[in-house]
Amino acid sequence: MAEDKNFNRRSFLKASMLAGGGMALSVSWFSNAVAAVATTPGQLPDNSQAPGQWAHLNGYIHITTDNKVKLICPNPEFGQNVMTSLPMILAEELDVDWKNVSVEMGPHDNVKLGPQFTGGSNSVRMYWKPLREAGAAARQMLREAAARSWNVPVSEVTTQAGTLRHASGKSARYGEMATQAAALPVPKEVKLKTPKDFTIVRKPSRNVEGHKIVTGKPLFGLDYRQEGMLIAMIQHPPAFGMKFKSFDASETLKMPGIKEVFSLKLYEEGFEQAGFDTRTFNDLLVVVGNTTWEVMNARKKLKVQWEQAGETKDTMAGRDGKREVVVPGGLESTTVHFEKMKEYGQKPAQQLRKDGDPETAFKNAEQIVERTYNAPFLAHNCMEPMNFFAHVTDDKALLVGPLQGPGWIEPTLSKILGLPADKIEIQMTRMGGGFGRRAYGHYLTEAALISRKVKAPVKLIYTREDDMTYGIYRPMYTATYRAALDANKNLIAFQVKGGGIPEHPIHANRFPAGAVDHYLAEGWQIPSNITIGAFRAPRSNFNAAAEQSFLDEVAEAMGKDPIEFRLELLKKAKENPVGKDNDYDADRYAGVLKLVRDKSGWGKAGSEKYSRGVAAYFCHNSYAAHVVDMVTRDGKPYVERVFSAIDCGIVVNPEAAGNMVQGAVVDGIGNAFYGALTHREGAAEQRNFDTYRMIRHHEAPKMVDVHFVENDIDPTGLGEPPFPPVFGAVANALYKNTGKRHYNQPFGGRHADT
Amino acid sequence: MATYNLKINGKVRQVNVDSQTPVLWVLRDHLDLPGTKYGCGIAQCGACTVHLEGVAVRSCQLPVSAVGKQAITTIEGLSANGDHPVQKAWLEHDVAQCGYCQSGQIMTAASLLKSNPNPTDEEIETHMSGNICRCGTYLRIREAIKSAAGK
Repeated sequence: MAEDKNFNRRSFLKASMLAGGGMALSVSWFSNAVAAVATTPGQLPDNSQAPGQWAHLNGYIHITTDNKVKLICPNPEFGQNVMTSLPMILAEELDVDWKNVSVEMGPHDNVKLGPQFTGGSNSVRMYWKPLREAGAAARQMLREAAARSWNVPVSEVTTQAGTLRHASGKSARYGEMATQAAALPVPKEVKLKTPKDFTIVRKPSRNVEGHKIVTGKPLFGLDYRQEGMLIAMIQHPPAFGMKFKSFDASETLKMPGIKEVFSLKLYEEGFEQAGFDTRTFNDLLVVVGNTTWEVMNARKKLKVQWEQAGETKDTMAGRDGKREVVVPGGLESTTVHFEKMKEYGQKPAQQLRKDGDPETAFKNAEQIVERTYNAPFLAHNCMEPMNFFAHVTDDKALLVGPLQGPGWIEPTLSKILGLPADKIEIQMTRMGGGFGRRAYGHYLTEAALISRKVKAPVKLIYTREDDMTYGIYRPMYTATYRAALDANKNLIAFQVKGGGIPEHPIHANRFPAGAVDHYLAEGWQIPSNITIGAFRAPRSNFNAAAEQSFLDEVAEAMGKDPIEFRLELLKKAKENPVGKDNDYDADRYAGVLKLVRDKSGWGKAGSEKYSRGVAAYFCHNSYAAHVVDMVTRDGKPYVERVFSAIDCGIVVNPEAAGNMVQGAVVDGIGNAFYGALTHREGAAEQRNFDTYRMIRHHEAPKMVDVHFVENDIDPTGLGEPPFPPVFGAVANALYKNTGKRHYNQPFGGRHADT
Repeated sequence: MATYNLKINGKVRQVNVDSQTPVLWVLRDHLDLPGTKYGCGIAQCGACTVHLEGVAVRSCQLPVSAVGKQAITTIEGLSANGDHPVQKAWLEHDVAQCGYCQSGQIMTAASLLKSNPNPTDEEIETHMSGNICRCGTYLRIREAIKSAAGK
């Protein structure tokens, strides 16, 4: 048996043979963690004899001797279509026929499969290079194997769609060489294709799980089951700021199918919470039974005494060490929140960035435009409510279900269960939506503790009401923008002061920072016991609404076309930037504005029947601009069509990318018009879709025309960037449609100005 | 608890459950047919849509005792191999993002086309507006229904 250990730069590439021959290639992210293992043809290790080695045989690429190519998707799938796009990247460099490839979701293994985090529009961006290198290395090893077998120089061996060829007429399918290839050392250097040679990347490909989805196969966490599995639900307090005092479960326990009712503490006192350990309620009241319906019904019979939780302290363990966070007591209400935000907005705030002398510039201004924008909490409302399967025994734990970041919850589970990480297996199902919500894995910990307590496999299920009223919302935000114009209507100073509950939204180095001589950004925050979390394009999803509405109004005050006005600012930011650390690329920003201007026929005849609004934004490394065309339908504003221009670098799968942008536009219109989670005396006032209004079919535009800037920049991410500017474009179209500026989201909701 | 003989996807399936158990949970928890999804439990999202005698109904609001001899079709029984025109159109238009709501969308669309083989855009909108798609795939859903129309 040949063993090859490479601990140089390329040591993260590892080849191994599959049982029965063939090849597996994995890319390890920590070079010292995995020794490369390869075996000689004809001397295949027996699985039972060498379990240690086979434990490593879970790479990205599997090729069998009968030419089956299986590619592993490392990152959790929540609808962004990574199960298709990431394997496409592998297949491109491996040079296989995409039609003959099968795809599987990988196990949780951060050593072999990388960060495995879905979020931050990062999946394609962070896996782009490693997957290309993995594909290219495997292809090179197959060529080398063929060269040795045919006794020709490797440089003369070419590949085409899974077949190796030589000018002499010799040819072999990959599978025929896979076993030999697996025994070769992993190449130290690989040559990657140039984008013009791509045959799979940039070609529209359909969702690899499409057939399973349309035939109702059990893909999701809620669909997962095991023999003997029990169902658990948690009764959480009726309001934020409350906890349970005592309970009487006697009626519940009389109900059919009910096994146990008990209370459980999630985190012990002083537990050091990592960044994604957010949880709203720590004392859990759990009902366990045989079936979902039985547990749902029996839970209604619980008699619970609740009391106010009062002020509590959380211990946070972050990069900067341990710190105590005080969570205020009390029962909070939206009306009070708005009053408090108004009050805090008047107080001095933390300075986040200052260029020039904004105070003097505003003093000398001929005209000042000042506007304040507000937005409510938003619930993620993933269509599949939070749930997770857990089977915890004394020496190991199996967890199966939907989550965005297995690598973040594993250390938490390890600490709480007292099990080493290698005894905790997390399997990732397809997620029925995520939008940031499933980055917070409290529901895994809950499921695990419940399973350990009842000594059985358990699936924890949140009802829609449990899910919507739990918290981890998009924060409540406000921002006041000020623009100073001189006598010639030039923009001389710009100021933003943003606040929120419980965090402020300001990205101080974003546009128009860098484009205005005198600039000031400030932030402030109000603590709350309502928990918050990442929600598709955190902070940006508010800023783009407020800032882009404000710029529209400033352009109007200056008598300028809103696109031309932005382009002028971007020209200045490019040619003569103000300050340091401007975090956007002015050319790419201007590029999407120009593209959307051209594609929408902005300023040209033909769109008179529409009230048009434009907005653009940069976040998560990519650029997006939309033109929204609004009409009045049945007496109400309706977005009938949208033009979108996106620069996210190379578009791996245009089919899915187009779908993603269309979806982001629909999501943005829906949240701009209807999205709101409000509170009264601590209780969420929306508990289900009868009161939390989601955009529906007839409210979606008839057309969303998506255009991508064509360039060869490595992919910069797409899940989030198209979402935030939709809000601003809708607000600006609404002004044209109604003659009235809209400052408070949701535009069609109860706090709306309409 | 009572015993029910339900006609589901062309077969008679026997279950012993409480009479008020919604068909949704009978399908998911007792008959291993998880294609029908739980989304809201109050007939507001459409994820649980099945056909009762060919008509789309929300299975979360349909007690098992109300089914009687009526035939239930779920996404698993809509076609033998996923080749119902609506399913094929869904693939052709690459409709799904997360995919969770799509069995409900497909069941609603299939029932629409059964009663109205060539619906107008307005009829599609009206018929489909009880099904929420959180990912916002409504435009592709509409195009897919138009593709499947008349097939």
